[in-house]
Amino acid sequence: MHELSVTENILKITLEYAEKEKATKVTDIYLNIGQLSSIVDDSVKFYWDLIAKDTICESAKLTFNRIPARMSCKSCQNEYNLGPEPGPCPVCGSYDVLVISGDEFQMDSINIEK
Amino acid sequence: MATKKVTILENILSANDQLAEKNRSLLDHHGIFSINIMASPGAGKTSLILKTIDILKKTVRIGVIEGDTAAVTIDADRVIAGGAYAVQINTGGNCHLDSSMIEAGLNQLPLEQLDLIIVENVGNLVCPAAFDLGTSIRALIASIPEGDDKPYKYPGMYRGVDVLILNKIDLKPYVPFNDDYFLNGVRLLNPKLQVFPLSCKTEEGMDSWIEWIKGQLKKKV
Repeated sequence: MHELSVTENILKITLEYAEKEKATKVTDIYLNIGQLSSIVDDSVKFYWDLIAKDTICESAKLTFNRIPARMSCKSCQNEYNLGPEPGPCPVCGSYDVLVISGDEFQMDSINIEK
Repeated sequence: MATKKVTILENILSANDQLAEKNRSLLDHHGIFSINIMASPGAGKTSLILKTIDILKKTVRIGVIEGDTAAVTIDADRVIAGGAYAVQINTGGNCHLDSSMIEAGLNQLPLEQLDLIIVENVGNLVCPAAFDLGTSIRALIASIPEGDDKPYKYPGMYRGVDVLILNKIDLKPYVPFNDDYFLNGVRLLNPKLQVFPLSCKTEEGMDSWIEWIKGQLKKKV
């Protein structure tokens, strides 16, 4: 259900930037979504079709750039990507690790026509 | 007709974050320590809040913002009966509280008469942590019967909090729960997370939680 509020925010930010640029149409929207952020692409697309109707974003294509959760091991300095189930460092087995990326929840850019 | 790429690089929830900062300033202005409590339904949010009120109410002035998806006032009624101020926020089916709902809640509380505000978020382990409300602390309650695999299944939630309460430790003899597996998952995702194992029922471990809140309240004075 939080995809609705997320989608509304995507539309709001897109329109704000598009208006500043005096765009007549938004053709593409690029989003950076980390593996550790929960969002269902299809659900956002479903709401998008409903709320973007009759705006200059109506036919815009949404692209989700999925960023893997990248970890750095504090014990052996190895870097690794988290699998579907978060796990320890595959080299030394340590749980003392740092998340380097994967929390992203960001509007990257839009393509417009004007 | 010209085409152009416009770089944005802005958090999708930036509007919520900005309003959360406004709430944070308002709470700071009044010297109020505040906690956003999140958990799955049944983990013990209301129980922990009621127990905390009961122990602290003689010395600390407490307000509670209750988030519920439906227009039920069960929790708010219990909080008021327990001796605190309470505001009920009906999210209208929404699965989380956001900073505009908290702004509305704060407007209904006598802030100049409060030391501590506890926000009871909607019971959900998926999205509440993504929405900053402007509280001093974000707390998650996990409970023994939910199972030891929750950090692995809901990493976003465990990433987005400052304090973890592990409730219902009195049930450990009856439920399979591997402490190491659970705590390793927590450490992996959020190494600085402070953990309070306790039981609202037997009050085992409640002392550490209460002392920690008292310490935080002192910092605000």
